[in-house]
Amino acid sequence: MAYKRQIDRLPIPPKDAKVHNVTCHYCIVGCGYKAYTWPRNKQGTLTDNAFGINLGEQQAADGTWIAPSMYNIVRQDGKDVHLAVVPDHDCVVNSGLGSVRGARMAEARPSYVTGTQQQRLSDPLMWRNGVWQPTSWDDALDLVARVTARVVTQGSEDDLVVSMFDHGGSAGGYENTWATGKLYFESMKVKNCRIHNRPAYNSEVHSTRDMGVDELNYAYKDYELTDTIFMIGANSLETQTNLFLNHMVPGLRNGARFVSVDPRRTVTINAAEEVAGKENVLHLAINEGTDMVLFNALFTHIVDNGWVDKDFIANSTFQGGEAAPLDDGHPAGLGSLDYALDACRTSLADAAETCGVSEADIAKAAEWIAKPKEDGSRRKCVTAYEKGIIWGNDNYRTIGALVNIALATGNIGREGGGVCRLGGHQEGYYRPSDAHVGRPAEYVDQLLIRGGGKIHHIWACDHHKTTLNASQFKRVHKRRADMVKEAMDAAAGGSRDQLVDAIVGAVNGGGLFVVDVDIIHSQIGHNAHVILPACEANEMNLTSMNGERRLRLSEKYMDPYGNSMPDCLIAAGIAQNMERVLREMCNEAYADQFKGYDWQTEEDAFMDGYNKGNPEVTYERLRAMGNNGVQEPVSGYADGKLIGTERLYTDGQFTRHGREDKKALFCAAEWRGWQAAGKAREKENHKYWINNVRANIFWQNQFLDQDIDFIQDRFPYPFIEMNSEDMAEEGIGAGDLIEISNGNGATQGMAYPTDTAKRGHVAMVFGSPAGSQGNVVSPGVNELVLPDYKHTWGNIRKIANATPRVKAVSFKSKEYKSA
Amino acid sequence: MSRCTKMVDLGRRHFLRGGAIAAAGVATAAVLPADQARAASGSALLDYPANKLGNLADLKVNEPVDIAYPDADSPGILLKIGQPVEGGVGPDGDIVAYSVLCPHKGWLMSYRAEDKSLNCPGHFSRFDCEAGGQQIWGHATQNVPQFTLSVDDKGDIYAEGASDLIFGRPSNVL
Repeated sequence: MAYKRQIDRLPIPPKDAKVHNVTCHYCIVGCGYKAYTWPRNKQGTLTDNAFGINLGEQQAADGTWIAPSMYNIVRQDGKDVHLAVVPDHDCVVNSGLGSVRGARMAEARPSYVTGTQQQRLSDPLMWRNGVWQPTSWDDALDLVARVTARVVTQGSEDDLVVSMFDHGGSAGGYENTWATGKLYFESMKVKNCRIHNRPAYNSEVHSTRDMGVDELNYAYKDYELTDTIFMIGANSLETQTNLFLNHMVPGLRNGARFVSVDPRRTVTINAAEEVAGKENVLHLAINEGTDMVLFNALFTHIVDNGWVDKDFIANSTFQGGEAAPLDDGHPAGLGSLDYALDACRTSLADAAETCGVSEADIAKAAEWIAKPKEDGSRRKCVTAYEKGIIWGNDNYRTIGALVNIALATGNIGREGGGVCRLGGHQEGYYRPSDAHVGRPAEYVDQLLIRGGGKIHHIWACDHHKTTLNASQFKRVHKRRADMVKEAMDAAAGGSRDQLVDAIVGAVNGGGLFVVDVDIIHSQIGHNAHVILPACEANEMNLTSMNGERRLRLSEKYMDPYGNSMPDCLIAAGIAQNMERVLREMCNEAYADQFKGYDWQTEEDAFMDGYNKGNPEVTYERLRAMGNNGVQEPVSGYADGKLIGTERLYTDGQFTRHGREDKKALFCAAEWRGWQAAGKAREKENHKYWINNVRANIFWQNQFLDQDIDFIQDRFPYPFIEMNSEDMAEEGIGAGDLIEISNGNGATQGMAYPTDTAKRGHVAMVFGSPAGSQGNVVSPGVNELVLPDYKHTWGNIRKIANATPRVKAVSFKSKEYKSA
Repeated sequence: MSRCTKMVDLGRRHFLRGGAIAAAGVATAAVLPADQARAASGSALLDYPANKLGNLADLKVNEPVDIAYPDADSPGILLKIGQPVEGGVGPDGDIVAYSVLCPHKGWLMSYRAEDKSLNCPGHFSRFDCEAGGQQIWGHATQNVPQFTLSVDDKGDIYAEGASDLIFGRPSNVL
């Protein structure tokens, strides 16, 4: 039976309920919500309430409504209060739309009263006497600091490995990236660090930046003003839901055409067809990993037909051949259009053969993207890409090849243009220089697997679910962490010094001391020796920017759960304890490096970091800007408002690469087949391509959804979409548990018959706690340590019949069809 | 009903007696002011109307009948699936009823007989009428409200409850 909430009425927020600005912290889009809180013993009435509408009437479509998932009872200033988190009709990002993720923000809060999210960490935990024992912050931070200080002073800071978020929303935000950045990049110079979703500390989009083009350069409204939406390796209806519904759909209704490049037919393509008509949607279902060849053919065809913006190219792009050569840190040369085209030149026929789509369709895409209209006016095209090529084959050259098209057609810095990442999380990066990390950066997972590093500080990262080569990583990480656990167990009952001696002895013998900062006891957290409980946005004030650089303050409306704290204050606590311990060790000079963390609140961290670089921006001013905030960069403050920047590069001056001439560069994206080591052989030797995909229902919040019944009822196991004939051939029925395996490892999920799946293609949802797709992804990366998660091949076998939990699951097509 | 009233009275008398003993010696301090507001009383559960939606004889397999429940402003469908389903009533255990206001943004959904699903034209959400209204794909944060049904001896089908909050109301019964 489908999950029934069995809720048929909810409290009504009274007129005097407190109202807080909320930016959804899950995905990049950052939809605006309003959080209403009011005392437990108060309520509004049908006619006198916080919304100022008659709730005694059935509300019309798109009207105001509190769904049960938007309601909870939470603690605020020590008291239990009602909470309703409702989509904001006045926010230009979402105009009152809620997603299946954001509209569950209230339900996804920890509550002592309703029992939601009891998996949240409430207190620091320390490995003691064979289990994780709750303890005080002082005790936990003391051990972290003593072990860290001892190891980095006996050895070097290179013995400290750090995994840390670098994004906005959720765990990130300007407050928390600043604090962790200050700790590891200013007080220390840690170079063995990595980011939550990739095994090194690096950009996901080096080439566009090296070409001078920041990856978030447009405004969402450009989708409403454009002639063509060109989407590559993205599925926006699922992963940027309200960007699609509130901006792309209006664009399509205004007559824009839609070109999608994706080997898989997605619900986004289906919805675009529903809105624009099939005749205005072109799906280029290319062979996996061949995007660059397609882009090069489009680029060639557009240039050869003269569908370029000559003035833009002359005034805004480099003219003198090669500007930056191919070298170890730059996997392609960069320079003028002619220089790049020499390397990129690809015929429609060659591309059709490699990509597996027709010449006519490639030519049609080129026309839709670039061919001037009948009246001679230029065609506007907005280009949007994401993980399909970011986590794809030959990241640097492929993204470079795509940006070439936008540069050639002058579709950057103009209305209806832009060439942008769609994004995953919001952004919120403000840190001291990371130049000491180097380029290429250290491949941290391999460093750990090789036995490198002695301490691992982890901030809101769960590599067990999200890294590549995860099978091996998990095995080694556990083995090394267990060495330290055993040493700690053996030292039970001893003094703090004896415990530190035992730990240091173990890490010098190959062990790994693991400190995990997270909101839940994550899978990698099971290897931790100290676990520090953090809180999320709205349990603290948090600033982030979305995919059009829209900066908002998402306000605190409830207390952190138990004794958890904002990450920035945890980082400050580590720094303060490092200073104290180092002074005890008589290392005064090093101790002095850990001064400057006397913050009481997250606002103090914001003022210490982001505000120093952006003095116009304060909490008070952001609060006044509400859920519409201000688009970065902020250029001033006048008439009580922050002044922002709607889109970048409107002056045709390109700056992201730091070149003084401010000219954009084209990328010599020469095709070289499968770039990452081992991919070609893996494809050769396995039957199925294992695509790695997202799903709207738990995109960006599966770690919370594992404790939410509505979600677990729908997908009790990670889905693996599969062609029905392939299923029949393997003896697999709908809902059966199946195993995917290859030389890298194995993983499991639930077969979901999918009529649009091609033979030999399966699509497994990424990041599931109940089956990590990363287990079967090879360690192959590009020259700059960007993983190719998307290209994995494996064999499939049935391991069990559909379990009783699966009986309630629908296996019908996910595609909307009008009746 | 009369039995209930007696039990309430009985409990009240016991309370007063106990209170009087406990309060002995504190004079009249516990006497309430004469104008004290009385607390409103109410049942813990909503009282749903039992509305007749149709008769077994009127239903044909996979041809939904438009209904409204619990009142005229809340549209739904009554549907004979053709094979037993969870929550299904009637001799074949296959009769179900659902709200057709999408629990995402309240758009009116349409029934697609080909795969027995409800589909929302607003934002493309889909719900499975054979699986208790489970959202197949979409933006709603709950499954589509299913109406609780019963069938009497004459074959009349009644709705008398709902599994989830209906879009656009703070209470299913307004």
